[in-house]
Amino acid sequence: MTMTLRKTLVRACAAAAAALTLAGCSIEPWVKPYERDRLADPIMSFDRDPVSSAYTGHVYEAREGARGATGAAGGGCGCN
Amino acid sequence: MKRHFLIVLLSLAAARVVHAGVLPEDRADVLLHSYDGGGVTIQGPSLLVRKQFAQKFSVSANHYVDRVSSASIDVVTTASPYEEERTQHSVGLDYLHDRWMMNIGFTNSEENDYSADTFSFGISQDIFGDLTTVSLGYSLGNDTVGRRGDTTFSEETERQHYRLGVSQILTKNLMLGLSFETITDEGFLNNPYRQIRYLDTTTPQGYSYEREVYPRTRSSDAGSIRMRYYMPYRAALHAEYRQYGDTWDISADTFEIGYTHPIALGWTFEGNFRSYSQTKADFYSDLFPRSQYQNFMGRDKELSTFASQTIRLGASYDIVRSGWKFVERGTLNVYLDHMMFEYEDFRDLRVTGVAPGTEPFYSFDANVLQFFVSFWF
Repeated sequence: MTMTLRKTLVRACAAAAAALTLAGCSIEPWVKPYERDRLADPIMSFDRDPVSSAYTGHVYEAREGARGATGAAGGGCGCN
Repeated sequence: MKRHFLIVLLSLAAARVVHAGVLPEDRADVLLHSYDGGGVTIQGPSLLVRKQFAQKFSVSANHYVDRVSSASIDVVTTASPYEEERTQHSVGLDYLHDRWMMNIGFTNSEENDYSADTFSFGISQDIFGDLTTVSLGYSLGNDTVGRRGDTTFSEETERQHYRLGVSQILTKNLMLGLSFETITDEGFLNNPYRQIRYLDTTTPQGYSYEREVYPRTRSSDAGSIRMRYYMPYRAALHAEYRQYGDTWDISADTFEIGYTHPIALGWTFEGNFRSYSQTKADFYSDLFPRSQYQNFMGRDKELSTFASQTIRLGASYDIVRSGWKFVERGTLNVYLDHMMFEYEDFRDLRVTGVAPGTEPFYSFDANVLQFFVSFWF
């Protein structure tokens, strides 16, 4: 499974690089900025209180063998 | 001695690269935390302050303390109860340029038998009409491991984290987050106090102890997917799944679901359920057949086969809603987590008078309390 995940990671990095390359291209957003008021609500944040999520992650990591991929992976809703 | 917090530090340092295009909010948090379970109590404060300046930068600083009093199953069966304190300081700087965000950070952690320094770097960008945020992160940690009562013992550990995150707006009500992280460790990866047990017919109880020996390298991969959905009324439903695997042959699955519901008068309530399960490391055994049975031997219960469930209840109250002097808003928050651990090949050696290897499996519950106040300014 580790190798499978590693391949997935490599592919994801390649996809991210491709996405960044394409960033200059103009893509029409299917959710308009003025339609993002709900996504901008604090209750929709992946990491509403960083001081609390850091502590909670610490508690889990100290007692479990697994690690990583627990942080707030993005959450940028483009609401600015 | 605990080194697992470093993993969290590294993960969070890498995870800081979020919200490209928008600097983090100015805010201050004061948190008091308490963990009580399995004979261990850990308490202390955490203070986090973040402030923007020059319209393009944001600095953050964190002071965190763990005061540990431990009489855990490992301690009462092979050592003596102890108390210790760990102090951690972190600083970070974010730089915003157009839709790019860059972050650097440094963290130092000190306790009487462990010292750790962590550097982190991250970059993220909003793309596709700001519907997508892509983030990349790297962290490097260097630890110095000591052992109380043994001034000649000193070992080093190096950790590197590589992280990729993507957040995606799918609809007006639905957000998706993907995260992948590879971690490599090299050096002394043992807990220097814990021991394995092996069959020894020359002792009254039928077994003896000797020091653990871990491999000096470890590499792990983890991938997670999370979703957050805005309900037809003002509330949020979220779910997350994570898969994990490493070169020690541990594999793990984590599933989480939760619900956040604000109501009138400034209250927000939250409920959460988390389920975790893992398989054991290939060099783990509760009872080895003899001393020096194999090159690598471990009996950390964190490396055994087990499952845990956590139930969370939380509440927040807006104490400042329409501003007061320089404070824009403020909240009071309390979270209570009840955790239940059940081990499938780690036995409770407090039970005596039975044949070695027939003791009941160990289990314990823990309560984790967080109380914190937050101000935005």
